[in-house]
Order: sequence, then C-alpha cells, then structure tokens
Amino acid sequence: MLQVISLLLENKPGALMRVTGLLSARGYNIESLTVARTTDPTLSRMTIVVDVDSTLRKQVIKQMNRLINVLQAADLSEGPVVARELVLMRVRAAMESRGAILKEAEIFGARVIDSTLEGFALEATGEAEKLDEFIDVMRSYGEIEVTRSGTVAVSLEPRKLRLSSPVATGAGTKSQSTTGVLNG
Amino acid sequence: MSNLISGAKILLECLVREGVECIFGYPGGVTLPFYDALYDHPIRHVLVRHEENAAFAAEGYARSTGKVGVCCATSGPGATNLTTGLVDAMMDSIPIVALTGQVSSKLIGSDAFQEADTFGITRPCTKHNYLVKNLAELPQVIHEAFYLASSGRPGPVLVDIPKDVFQGHYQYQPVNSIHLPGYKIHLDGHAGQIRRAAQMMWEAKRPYIYGGGGVLASGATKELRELVETLDAPCVLTLMGLGSLPSSHPNFISMPGMHGSYASNMGMTECDLLIALGVRFDDRVTGRLAAFAPHAKVIHVDIDPAEIGKNRAADLPIVGDVKRVLTKLNKNLQELAPAMQAANSGSRKEWWSQVRTWQTEHPLQVETSADEIKPQHLISEIDRISGGNAVVSVDVGQHQMWSAQFIRFNEPRLWLSSSGLGSMGFGLPAAIGAAFARPDKTVIAIMGDGGFQMSVPELGTIASHGLPVKMIIMNNGYLGMVRQWQELFYNNRLSSVTLDSFPDAEKLAGAYGFKGRTIEKPQELRAALEECFAEPGPYLLNVKVTPFENVFPMVPAGAAINEMVLSQPKPVAV
Ligand SMILES: Cc1ncc(C[n+]2csc(CCOP(=O)(O)OP(=O)(O)O)c2C)c(N)n1
Ligand SMILES: [Mg+2]
Repeated sequence: MLQVISLLLENKPGALMRVTGLLSARGYNIESLTVARTTDPTLSRMTIVVDVDSTLRKQVIKQMNRLINVLQAADLSEGPVVARELVLMRVRAAMESRGAILKEAEIFGARVIDSTLEGFALEATGEAEKLDEFIDVMRSYGEIEVTRSGTVAVSLEPRKLRLSSPVATGAGTKSQSTTGVLNG
Repeated sequence: MSNLISGAKILLECLVREGVECIFGYPGGVTLPFYDALYDHPIRHVLVRHEENAAFAAEGYARSTGKVGVCCATSGPGATNLTTGLVDAMMDSIPIVALTGQVSSKLIGSDAFQEADTFGITRPCTKHNYLVKNLAELPQVIHEAFYLASSGRPGPVLVDIPKDVFQGHYQYQPVNSIHLPGYKIHLDGHAGQIRRAAQMMWEAKRPYIYGGGGVLASGATKELRELVETLDAPCVLTLMGLGSLPSSHPNFISMPGMHGSYASNMGMTECDLLIALGVRFDDRVTGRLAAFAPHAKVIHVDIDPAEIGKNRAADLPIVGDVKRVLTKLNKNLQELAPAMQAANSGSRKEWWSQVRTWQTEHPLQVETSADEIKPQHLISEIDRISGGNAVVSVDVGQHQMWSAQFIRFNEPRLWLSSSGLGSMGFGLPAAIGAAFARPDKTVIAIMGDGGFQMSVPELGTIASHGLPVKMIIMNNGYLGMVRQWQELFYNNRLSSVTLDSFPDAEKLAGAYGFKGRTIEKPQELRAALEECFAEPGPYLLNVKVTPFENVFPMVPAGAAINEMVLSQPKPVAV
C-alpha cells in the first residue's frame, strides 16, 4: 500500500527541490508527485506518493515541516482522504473492437476525447488502482500510450494551519551570553 | 537621483543593521563591486587563505560568541570551497551567514566563467538558502538570512548574489519586519509536559542528565546548573555540550559515548531516567542503539521537533527552547520538592555512590613517561595552563578526543570542536575566528600533525594580523585516529596513515615571521608551553609525542556503550 503526503508550500524557486531532496537524500523513490498553485497564487499544493514505512515517514514529514518554504506537510496515509488520478490514453484498435472499447470505457467512467481511424484518445479519473485495471483492460485491445497525472489528494478532515506571524528584523539575536569586542 | 545607492552598499547597510563587525572571506571576479564598497567601510574584512577556512573562521566566531559569523566567497570555486564549512555548521547547528557572488543574472545557466549552481549545491548544506534575483529584494533576504541563522535551531544560511545585483542601484528602504509564515519556532514547551517531567524527575531513583549543544545554543547554562543542583543528579555533556556546566562542578561526570569515560557510559546504561537536553542521540554517543540506556525512561527537550524520536523514542517529549523549558521546569521542581523530594532520597544516595565508584574504578588516566611525551600528558599540561579559562579550538582525531577528556572549561563557548561532521582542517581557522571575536581570551589551537597540514596556509592570516593564537601540534607522526582503528580492527595493517615528513616548526613559523619550536622530551614540556603562552604574538609549538598511543576508553563500532575497551588490549600470543 502506497502512502500519500500532502504539502502546502510557498510557490518559490527551489521549494520543490527542498522537499524532494529530503526523499532523494535517503534514497527513497517517489512514486508520484503533483504540484500546482492553490487559490492563493503565492502557494502551491503538492501531493507526493511514496513507499516509506511509517516511522521513517513520520521523520521525513517532520523534516519537511522544518523547511522554511513549507507551511504544512501532512501524512494522509491514515484517516479519511480522497485520492484521484487522471489518465490520458491513446488506444490503437482494429475497427471490429471499437464498440467493445467504448463499452469498457463507459464501465470505467472514461471519456472519449478524440476519435480517429486508428483508434481513440480517452480520459479517465479515479483511484490509482482502478486506473491500473483500466489500463490493463485497454491494453488487451491494442497498442496503447498512457500519460498519468500522478495522484492528487485531499483530506476529508479539516486541518488547522498554524502560521508564524511577522517579527522585527534582528529578532533572531536573542539570549547571547557573550559578545565580542573586535581585535584592534 | 542621490537616493539611489548600489546593491553592494545596500548589502553593507543591512550587515551593519545586523551588527556585523567582521567578515571572513576571499574576493573574486563577481564580488569585485562588493569588495570595492568594503574598501572604505567600517566593517572589517579578514582575508583568509582559502574559502573553506572563511566558513570555519565564521564558525569559530559564532561558536565562541553565540553571534552570527559571516563569510564571503566569489562564485564557482569560491562558493564550492565553502561547502564543507556549511555542512559543518549545519551538523553542529552553528549560526553563520555565507554571502556568495554569482555571475550576472542574465548569464546564469549559460556555463559562464566561474559559474556554478551554488543555490542547488548548497541547498542540502544549509538551513536555508537564497538566490537574489533582483536588488529590490536584497534587504529583505539579508535580514531573513540573519534571522533564520540565529533563531530556532541555529544553522548556516547562504545568500547567492549575482554581480548585477551588487552593481545595480536602488532606493534603499530599511526593512523592519520579517514574515516567514512557514518558519515555525517552538520556544515554550508544553506546560503540562513540563509539569509531568518534573514529577518524573522526583520519581526517578537513578536520574541522569545528558546535555548537548542545544544547552549552549539557547544560553541555558545557568538553568542547567540550577536543574543539576536542585535534582542533585549526575550530568554528562556531549562533545558539543562541553562547557555548559563548569567542568569543576561536582555533578559533572564527563563526556559519554565512543571515547567517553567509564562512569559516563555506565551511568547512561544504568540510569532509570535520562534527561536529554538539546541533544540528538548521535550514534557516537549511543553506540548500539538497541542497547542504549536500556532501563531508562527518556525525557527529551529539543527546539527541533524533527529530533524527537529520531533515534530514540522519548517517553516524554518536550519541544521547546532548552532555556525556557528549564526555567519553568526548575520552578516546577521547586514546587513539587516538599511533597516528592524525600521519597527517593535513599535510592539517589545509592545511585551517587554507584556513580562515584565507577569514577574511581576507572578514572580518565593521564599517562606520563620519563622518556617520551605522552599525548595525554601534553593535553593535561595545556589544561593546567588554561585553567578552564582559555578558548580551546581543536582539530579532528585523537588529540581532539584527549582534549575533550582532559581539558576543563569554566564557562560556555570556550570549546570549539567540529563535532558532528568531524572536519579535519577546522581547528586553526576556527581559532582565527575566535581570536577576532574574543580578544579578551587566550586562544589555543590544538591540532594533529595531519589536520595542521590541511591548515598551513592560514599561518599567513595569523601572521598578517599578528593573532596571538597558541598553535600546539600533538605530533604523533600518524593520522592517529585512523591508525588506531587500523591497529585495533584491521590487524595493524597501517595503510596510508604515516606522516613521515613534517616541516621544521621553528623554520616554518620563522618563514611567516613568528616564533616556533619543536620539543620531544617530557622535561622540556612545561617550560616550552610557558614560553609559548608568554609570547605576546602567535606561537607554533610542535610537540612530538608517543606515536602509538591509543585513545581509551573506546566503544568499538557496533558495540553497546557499556562494552568499552578500557585500555590497550594485551598482545595475543601466537
Ligand atoms: C577532512 C577529513 N578527512 C578525513 C578524515 C578522517 N580522519 C579522522 S581522524 C583522522 C586522522 C587525523 O590525524 P591527525 O590530524 O594527525 O590527528 P591525530 O588523530 O593523530 O591526533 C582522519 C584522517 C576527517 N575526519 N576529515
Ligand atoms: Mg597525528
């Protein structure tokens, strides 16, 4: 079973690398990753699907939360969540199987977005496993070409977003025990 | 348009506002505009001889004061040379700001002369880093960099500045506020957890305090002392934590871990409550994790939530600044004392007598000999002269471990050691940083003959400024620590660890215009050290010590920390 991490991060250069760097530094593979702007254009929502055991995942998520550009990183692996993926596919098919393909597409809730003499272009959304099946079925009709979007997910529980307030410049220089005088 | 000032000058203005007095750096093509602005500016620039040492010197400055150290390098090779120092500061949570020049914005990505992807390369080497894309954002970025470096869990922050940003002109507006919504600092520990911690402490029969760099970073030495005394518990301090409780304090045991004392490690193993303050349960401390502190409940206080439970699960986690947490905790302890203190006082007495027994059974031993200078002898003589008052900057290796074992510190921030990263070549440049930061203190650099040879160019910096750094080389003719492992674990097959050439110290120092000397007789040691310390300027003292001495106790890799090798194993008869 794969796990889903959802992040809200500042839409800044390098922010994506900071997040993925935490995974790649440990040699973890990313199964899928999506990122796009939110309604607030300065922020992005990122959904990462990984295969990392729960203790390590907890650790990595804490480290993601430590990143300055990350407003929130949350583990959606447990708890109520909706996860969806989009598949775009071209399937080449002989004339006699076109009817059957359309039937199958309907069963999977896929839409035809283009139709040519060679075959169809189809679009389907759903849970990743369902789409795996869809792809397998379509493969049985002929040559296919597939692009998957990667999973996007949303938690069904409201999550409190805790953000830091502004501070005055120089606020970091607290509790300094000794101060030096420069050598002449 | 008289209000328009250059990016280079705006940068300096921001540095002044951050209280920067001194920058350690090395100029180059793209930083020319900045160095031109520095030419007649009150901020002092110290020209080191290699950028790695600029970062180490900035660390020495920061470690010895708690203030942010600043280093500067040009693009490409200058920036890549900084990286070891950045990672070093990252591992030990040291606040430094690195300023690097970058090729002009329009050339970025074109393989321009001396271009390197500094922003990409240093991302995992820093707490945070910036590439300044336009001059308008420079003041904001600089103040954010200082804030990030010095607040929360401190660390290195790098700001990469393209040449055209230095050269551009802009209407400078001082920035007075920083807003980093995603930068969460947890300062105050959870009140209920702190109360619970106080109860657990009084309930414990064998409490043990394990303090680290976080105690120093939060300036909690007074609060630590109060805790130690209220609870009357034994206290060990990690390599990063040395000095947070005066070494002379009766409750201070010593350093735990791979080269920790017998008592320190036995205490860790037998305690029933481990009070971990600003530490990260490093593998050099814990040994085999599964066997570490097997009887103990753990209270873990740290400002960084990602440290809690990383290596050892905490029975009671408290996320917060050690100083703030201890202030409340000490109050709670006092409040609970009348009701709780007496209950376990008998067991605690026994616990102390057990710890004292361990201490007397296997004390850290200073060996001496009539014919050779034993390294421990050298270090203890340095300790005698320092009397717990000098800044001691060490390099990495055997001399570092003996220094940690034998040198005492009366105050915090006197002990400078590349601990988490263990970077050879740290000792001398860090001492340079400290010499600028703490002119009120004697600054000693204790180095191995290996590490010193990584730092030789900095003798130039020392000579230029006449820095009165006492450079003492514990010269065993080997990469001693590696030789020790080869002897103990690789059948004494000494592979590439022999340092069979070493410059004549008197001539080397003389070539730079200061004094130096080599000694090898124990009878000369005291007088030579006195001469070295009496010299008003720099002094290079090369001390030839017993070549094959090993650091003990030693916890072999993969062993539990109570499975220490206490002394040289007897040769096996064949
Ligand atoms: C930059 C770097 N390279 C290699 C090492 C591995 N290393 C650790 S200790 C050591 C030997 C240090 O020899 P020396 O400076 O003579 O000190 P000694 O151990 O003899 O006191 C080495 C090579 C290191 N810590 N840092
Ligand atoms: Mg050596």
